[in-house]
Amino acid sequence: MQISLSHFLAVGALLFTFGLLTVATRRNAVGVLMGIELILNGANVNFAAFNHYVVGGVSGQVFALFVIVLAAAEAAVGLAIVLAIFQTFKTIDVRHADLLRE
Amino acid sequence: MEHAASELVPVAVTRVSYLWLIPLFPMVGAIINSVLGFRLQRLFGERPEMKGGRGKQLVHAIAVTMMALAFATACYAFVQLRALPAEGRFLQQTLWNMFSAGRLTVDLAFALDPLSMMMVLIITGIGTLIHVFSIGYMAEEPAYWRFFAYLNLFVFAMLLLVMGDNFAVMFFGWEGVGLASYLLIAFWYTDPEKAKAGMKAFVVNRFGDFGFIIGLMLLFWGLGGAWEARPGLVRNLNYLPNAELHTAAGGPNAATADALAPRVDGIKVGPTMNFRELRDQVVIEATGVKEHLASSTVWGISLLTLIGMLLFVGAMGKSAQLPLYVWLPDAMAGPTPVSALIHAATMVTAGVYMVARLNFLFVMSPSAMGWVALIGALTALFAASIGFFQYDIKKVLAYSTVSQLGFMFIGVGTGAYWAGVYHLMTHAFFKATLFLGSGSVILGCHHEQDMRKMGGLKKYMPITRWTYLIATIAIAGFPIANGFYSKDEILWKAFTSHHLALFGHPVPWLGPFIYVVGLVAATGTSFYMYRSYYMTFTGEYRGHGGHHHDAAEDLHAVTTGKKATDGLKAKLAGHGAASHAAHPAPAHPAPAAAHGAHDEGHGGHGDAHGHHGGTPHESPWQITLVLSVLAAGSVLTLFLGIPVLWQHTFFHADTAPALEHWLEPVLLAQVPFGHGTTAMEWLFQGLGVAAATIGFVAARAVYKDNRNEAALKAMIERWKGVWTVVYNKYYLDELYELVVLGPSRRLAGALSWFDGGILDAAVNGVGYLTKAFAALDGAIDRYLVDGTVNLVADGIMGSGRALRLVQTGRISTYLYGALGGALVVVLINFLLP
Repeated sequence: MQISLSHFLAVGALLFTFGLLTVATRRNAVGVLMGIELILNGANVNFAAFNHYVVGGVSGQVFALFVIVLAAAEAAVGLAIVLAIFQTFKTIDVRHADLLRE
Repeated sequence: MEHAASELVPVAVTRVSYLWLIPLFPMVGAIINSVLGFRLQRLFGERPEMKGGRGKQLVHAIAVTMMALAFATACYAFVQLRALPAEGRFLQQTLWNMFSAGRLTVDLAFALDPLSMMMVLIITGIGTLIHVFSIGYMAEEPAYWRFFAYLNLFVFAMLLLVMGDNFAVMFFGWEGVGLASYLLIAFWYTDPEKAKAGMKAFVVNRFGDFGFIIGLMLLFWGLGGAWEARPGLVRNLNYLPNAELHTAAGGPNAATADALAPRVDGIKVGPTMNFRELRDQVVIEATGVKEHLASSTVWGISLLTLIGMLLFVGAMGKSAQLPLYVWLPDAMAGPTPVSALIHAATMVTAGVYMVARLNFLFVMSPSAMGWVALIGALTALFAASIGFFQYDIKKVLAYSTVSQLGFMFIGVGTGAYWAGVYHLMTHAFFKATLFLGSGSVILGCHHEQDMRKMGGLKKYMPITRWTYLIATIAIAGFPIANGFYSKDEILWKAFTSHHLALFGHPVPWLGPFIYVVGLVAATGTSFYMYRSYYMTFTGEYRGHGGHHHDAAEDLHAVTTGKKATDGLKAKLAGHGAASHAAHPAPAHPAPAAAHGAHDEGHGGHGDAHGHHGGTPHESPWQITLVLSVLAAGSVLTLFLGIPVLWQHTFFHADTAPALEHWLEPVLLAQVPFGHGTTAMEWLFQGLGVAAATIGFVAARAVYKDNRNEAALKAMIERWKGVWTVVYNKYYLDELYELVVLGPSRRLAGALSWFDGGILDAAVNGVGYLTKAFAALDGAIDRYLVDGTVNLVADGIMGSGRALRLVQTGRISTYLYGALGGALVVVLINFLLP
């Protein structure tokens, strides 16, 4: 069977969906961060697939590398936020972090 | 007065700058005393035992000084006026423009011509003397300052009246003297009778003023169009047409108004308030105004007659002529100096002055003149007859004043203007003397005014007695004092006037008829004046000791509802008892309470003089001095009116009497008098003296030394009906009550009912309607408007409450929202074509 763009897009979409669901449903803040990673990676799959099948060259891969670097930075900031949440609420359950309501 | 009409020229005016001082001084005095007088009296002491009574001295010093200054200024003006040539004797000063409208301009301006000069000298001169008199007369009065403030106010108003250069200023004065008169009559206002007398004077004068002001308006209206009606007569017409006038009238001032005035030969014509402009355009025939006025009619009545009669109605009120005289006798409720100053010497002559000032108008209408003269003659006789049987010394003098004013109107009515004015002057002297003399008597007898309780006073009050006698001689008409000269001239002129008319028809016998009436009145005058003299000064003093009797009720009780005859019997019984109550019966039967109030008004008089009914005493020097000066004046002023006949006979000179000569420039009216022979003139003078003698002899026979009391009583009993009618003043007050006051009161009642029953109901109905409407409006506001507003607010609050639930603060919830939204967008994208 010939692997086509559609297959990659489907994998990307699945990854994005799982990520999104994880972010939406997990109560653990670290889990939420992981879901974000999934979403980013879903996007990376799309970048690589479109670069290979549609554009050519390396610009898509470079974007993907940027996103990975970004994800690393985001994870660092995210974990710092989680630590701050923990210090404030003594838990990392996001249901309790509802200060935005104020 | 032998000038031909063509010689008349406009008045030459000398402008001076000090005339305003003459009325200013009394005004300043009035202001100072009304503002500071009370404090001065309190600060410096009212009575001799309090700090020497300096407060009252200050008060009267201010008032008298101001009067003396005014008199001095008037004398200065007199000297200047005399120095001018006769035709140019006219001093004028314009202070400022009061208002201008179109062609009319009215200034606050004063003028002195020989006539007003004479009046000003009388007012300030006799006024000063009466102020001095008041120092002695009112010494016991607590409200001393108020009295002097009012007196000064009166003099100020009177000076405005005579010095005003136009009708507006004159009218200010005219009303001002009415006010001052009201204030002074009701001076002892705690006594309701006196307060009522003041009100009566004021209200009766309103009737007259109504006529006066309508007369003025008619005159003003009549002068309008004087130049348009007869275009052929008008020359050098130099005025703007009406259209231009109206555009210019936006902001007129004196100069534009003056420029707008139409002129004929340089003489302003048309409506004016100014006496001089009026005089110029009427007396100078080239203007055509005279013909215009003479040919105008209103509803078929000659305009001039109507004007003359209406102006005379004003004079009737102010000068107390039939039928508007009723206030003057009641005005005797005021302090005696007031009676002398206002109700004898000055204010009441305002009507005579006004007629004399407008002589050039009256002379054009024989009907108006006949009317004035006839009313004057009837008043003279009528009032004299009432004077016969009055017992209140001031009432006798009051009716005498009314009667003498009648004589003055005979004078100005028949066209003997100077004689009327001369009588005004002589009357000012002798009547002031009489009134002040009666004041002195009243003071000496401890505020007793009833002549039956006097008698024999010549022993106690020699100066008062002699001055009173001189003035009596003057008023009776014996040639050794001034009254003869003025009265005789009036009566002679009345007899020789054949030009008078009534209601447009010439009545040649009216002059002789008036003469006869006047002669009878003169006889009566002599009788009642000698009666008052003999009752007061001869015989035995009847005022002290005696038993108290219950019948001390005056016949005037009829006004309080008692039957006249009952009162008469009581009176006669009381008279028979040789002596009277120690406490005097009031002139009007005031109730006991009112009388108490009166005594209160007098302050501590009783304390100062012991009990009522002590021995009479001569008055203080201020009073006797003034009496002497005035009595001397009553004699000396006769030299102003020596008749031509006497001058011709004794001095072979043909000059007119001094006063006639002096007044000649003002009194231009030419009246065609008949010419009597010299013998006739002597005869009529003899008749005048004979009339005075008859009155004198009769009064002496009946009243001297009170010796014919029994015979007198029998006579009264015999003619009781007539006596009662005359004693009750012909029931004229009752007639007024019936004809004027009763209907007035009923009308007032009806109006009150209309006001309370209908107007108030209407007003209340409107009120209820408004309230109901307001309630409805309130409901709409509360439920409809507020409801809508609240509904909106509630809706927003509700939706806010609902939306609050959405905001959980949890990121995940928001994420669901974002997801849902994205899904919807995607679905729409796919589902919609």
